Amino acid sequence: MNELTRPQSLVGQSVERVEDASLLKGRGRYIDDLPTRRDTAYAAFLRSPHAHAEIRAIDTDKAKAHLGVYAVLTGEDVASLTNSLVVGVKADVECWPMARDRARYVGEPVVLVVAESRYIAEDALDLVEVTYETLPPVMDPRAALADDAPVLHPSLGTNLINERSFRYGDPEAAFEAAAHRISITTAYPRNSCTPIETYGVIAEYDPGEDAYDVTANFQGPFSIHAVLSRALKVPGNRMRLRTPPDSGGSFGVKQGVFPYVVLIAIAARVADRPVKWIEDRLEHLTASVSATNRVTTLEAAVEPDGRITALSWDQIEDCGAHLRAPEPATLYRMHGNMTGAYAIDNVAIRNRVVLTNKTPTGLNRGFGGPQIYFPLERLVHKIADELGLDRLDVIRKNLVPSDAFPYRTATGALLDSGDYEAALDRAVTKGGLGELMARRDAARAEGRLYGIGLTAAVEPSVSNMGYITTVLTPEARAKAGPKNGAQAVATVGIDPLGSVTVKVASVPQGQGHRTVLAQVVADRLGLPLSAVRVNTELDTNRDAWSIASGNYASRFAPAVAGTARLAADRLRGRLATIAAAQLNVTADNVDFADGKVFDRGNPDNSVSFARVAAASHWAPGTVPEGTGQTIRETVFWTPDELTAPTAEDGINSSLCHGFIFDFCGVEIDRDTGVARIDRYVTMHDCGTILHPGMVDGQVRGGFAQAVGAALYEEYAYGADGSFLTGTLADYLIPTVMETPEPVILHFESPSPFTPLGAKGVGEGNCMSTPACIANAIADATGVEDLTLPLSPSKISALIHGDEKPSARPKNDAKPLKAREGERALSGEGSAEVSATREDIWAMLLDPKTLEAIIPGAHKVEKISDTHFRADVTLGVGPVKGRYRADIELSDMVEPEAVTLSGGTEGALGSGRGQGRITLTATENGTCVSYSYEAGIGGKVASIGGRLLDGAARVVIGQFFQSLARYAGRGKAAEAPSTGVLARLKSLLGRRA
Amino acid sequence: MSRLNAHEKKTVTFKLNGLPVRADAESRMLLSDFIRHEIGLTGTHVGCEHGVCGACTIQVDGAPARACLMLAVQAEGADIRTVEALSPGEGRLSTLQAAFKRHHGLQCGFCTPGILMSLDALISARPDAGRDEVRDHLSGHLCRCTGYVTIVEAALSALDEIRREVKSNV
Ligand code: FES
Ligand code: FES
Repeated sequence: MNELTRPQSLVGQSVERVEDASLLKGRGRYIDDLPTRRDTAYAAFLRSPHAHAEIRAIDTDKAKAHLGVYAVLTGEDVASLTNSLVVGVKADVECWPMARDRARYVGEPVVLVVAESRYIAEDALDLVEVTYETLPPVMDPRAALADDAPVLHPSLGTNLINERSFRYGDPEAAFEAAAHRISITTAYPRNSCTPIETYGVIAEYDPGEDAYDVTANFQGPFSIHAVLSRALKVPGNRMRLRTPPDSGGSFGVKQGVFPYVVLIAIAARVADRPVKWIEDRLEHLTASVSATNRVTTLEAAVEPDGRITALSWDQIEDCGAHLRAPEPATLYRMHGNMTGAYAIDNVAIRNRVVLTNKTPTGLNRGFGGPQIYFPLERLVHKIADELGLDRLDVIRKNLVPSDAFPYRTATGALLDSGDYEAALDRAVTKGGLGELMARRDAARAEGRLYGIGLTAAVEPSVSNMGYITTVLTPEARAKAGPKNGAQAVATVGIDPLGSVTVKVASVPQGQGHRTVLAQVVADRLGLPLSAVRVNTELDTNRDAWSIASGNYASRFAPAVAGTARLAADRLRGRLATIAAAQLNVTADNVDFADGKVFDRGNPDNSVSFARVAAASHWAPGTVPEGTGQTIRETVFWTPDELTAPTAEDGINSSLCHGFIFDFCGVEIDRDTGVARIDRYVTMHDCGTILHPGMVDGQVRGGFAQAVGAALYEEYAYGADGSFLTGTLADYLIPTVMETPEPVILHFESPSPFTPLGAKGVGEGNCMSTPACIANAIADATGVEDLTLPLSPSKISALIHGDEKPSARPKNDAKPLKAREGERALSGEGSAEVSATREDIWAMLLDPKTLEAIIPGAHKVEKISDTHFRADVTLGVGPVKGRYRADIELSDMVEPEAVTLSGGTEGALGSGRGQGRITLTATENGTCVSYSYEAGIGGKVASIGGRLLDGAARVVIGQFFQSLARYAGRGKAAEAPSTGVLARLKSLLGRRA
Repeated sequence: MSRLNAHEKKTVTFKLNGLPVRADAESRMLLSDFIRHEIGLTGTHVGCEHGVCGACTIQVDGAPARACLMLAVQAEGADIRTVEALSPGEGRLSTLQAAFKRHHGLQCGFCTPGILMSLDALISARPDAGRDEVRDHLSGHLCRCTGYVTIVEAALSALDEIRREVKSNV
């Protein structure tokens, strides 16, 4: 046992967190809590309602004239003051943070308003008029590769922005010689670990120095700082980036705030005052960032005993509408780990990166891992089934052997340490796999659907900053110069009274970095936890940092905490020399404990830590010559193992590699298709454990997110490119009810490459759990072809077949042909109005009357005699939104009939349709008959047909009732017209 | 009921954490925005503004409520408590808060104030609550960091402690 795990040390204990007292009292300082200057203004964005459209015109005049508005910016305005964001591959394409001539995904910023308050800024957005010409969107990465696919970026001429093929060992020969070739194709969906706190940015611009000062809840990597400076056209020292003291979670996602750093910085410059923007949830879900979706075909060459001799990967990575930094990193982060936890010598890889009309992608917990392990672990399961072998046996047979560490994988990773077989065995026994199998047998004997899933995975941590250059050819890399390493930095300082401050560039998002650093440093200096104070705010103008700074790739425990220890060690060495002189012993006999520095041979011979520490401040002349100061020590540390890609494209993409073995039992309700996780066991080897409570917290948190990814969460798009999951009622994050408690087991193989022996642990379950749950569901249902999330409706379809269309006859009116992704609606009806045809005719053509009778209308404008424009707010079920409607009149036969046709669009959807109104004179006035057909797309179309049909009828009914009421000045309002239900009933009763 | 319009400000008077508050609010202003940005108590967090995440949960006349689903003007005359009211004094934590600290019931802490306000109301109303009831109450909150396990443990531990205290006081 090494000294770090001795019981009296703080490291290794689940001490209470130093962060918690203020967070529990509501005294956290998250970005939206920070004080701002009195003249701070607030930003809001108008976003594209279309997945793909040319922007023909933007009219901002009215918005600019609105009281309280300071600035209105279009994409062109922003572009005139910035450079395009750097794109990570060589391609003729630009990447702007705001749409210019073309919008390429729903939610893409189109206009930015800066005003006195967010409320007023949003008011002004309603006054902006954008004219779009829609283009066909391309949503599926396979479809994006088709010859006739709509192309997002004309300069590129294709949606395939990058392609590379790789070969390691001799895959062709291995496949040739293989007894079996078994393959699987999977489509990993889009999802996001979306934190509860959204993005926030506060920016200032100083024209005197041409310098920006931005606070954002950005989490790193700070390589992005270079992207920001270049975009804002200033040297790095004029792009001051700071992070708030607290952050409400990130899980990678807050890396994606950086385009908004550019936008808000420019907004501050143009508005000539500080500007603050806090993203709302709809903006966040629709347009912040997403993990990549990926279509993978994976084939294995397999021996009769289940040994895999080669893998062939074909990956189509969908990065959304723009390739934003650091993409296509999701595709390359795992490049050294394409063989998972297995020893497979021959690998072929074809990687294609495509662009589609979806939100650009970026960091997300697990980063590339879920997309790899889903096909790989599903395939291993399938191999066992097809060959009639035991699944656990096939996993075991292929594991990297215990005596092989450090082990170089075929694609270049150096697996630092581990004993995969022993960890697996411990999981099987301690986790009770045998028992679980008996449970499955018993359940099946009763006719229940029960399955068991298994998954092995390697969890990489501490990314090599050079891995992304694997996307370049070796020749291009040679030209650009090598990139590698991962600088971590920590500073330990001692003040004149001997108290210790630690400063790191780790930008925590709730992981308790301050506590762990205090543990590490207090241990080394023999101090109580409370004597060490840790500051994790980062200010690029003041603090030590580098491109690898930040909170991602699970780098904290292995890299940052280790670097803090190195800094503490350096001070300790010097303090020992100073104390040795005072204690009259040699420095190697000096020890530190309980706030004292003492002679190890005679502990009574001691001085207080503060006294030794103070010498450098108060009496530097007494410090023995050559010792150096003990005031402050900053250490930069980068591991030698993180080398640049080799000429053969081998890449050690990460420094540390933890091991995970998971198994679970899942029962499926035959009637509802609900998958219930009966038991979940997860074994982790993350090297030395610094704080067991936090390690388990990371595992449980990642696991809960992975349960979401496996069963509930998807960033869903309609075929027309509309975004369908814009609220937390649509994007289903597991609550306590859906989150089982996993059984967590540990195995400790310290990493030989990190100062503390620790490895990352935060991302593993995001990689292993979706595959493990899917394997269990495959086992329960016997279905191999599974696509996440395995929602009850999807599982029902697997066990019962697709739902048959309702036998009830539809409306007999011919529905207008809906475009792809649209819902068609039609209906007809009539109403009696006590006014003459001429009066009604005049009313229908008068904007003031229309404004009064169109449900939810704010304003109706007459553009020409036959063209009206209405601004309306409509609610359909839970979806309430503001729409702009353009209505054209045609086939006018005064005062008998008129055809209305038009379209409407708003943030939540769009529609188009046609209706004919006929006026017939009756005894009491006029009978107004109408028929309509419409197509509705976008978010509103996603809320179920019946609701929509009903809502349309209600709205149309309201229109005619108001018309009747208006015409009859109340006389005709006989219909008991309060209450939607009553109105609906009376309307349905009146349907022809 | 008097008719409200968008831009006219209304004076709202209510009790907040035991003290009277009087301030002007546009009739459309959300109570969450009002508490955070007009009054300046930022412990109440906002995660969705559509009533799903529970981060903004406060107590209105003793019952948990979503501050993002109320307008400031609806608070007129109410007795409102926010997370800032929970601690019994400087440097001290309530039994529930201390249990969260002990059990690592929080990571980023963004969901925590809302969860504390819900559980605090549960503890006063149903001190006998067991695991199922606690889970039931928590089902109105989303936490993205913890996987909920330690939150449930913290709540049960606080309930337990409070019951023991009550017993030893009789
Ligand atoms: S902010 Fe109120 S429930 Fe989410
Ligand atoms: S602790 Fe971060 S959301 Fe709950």
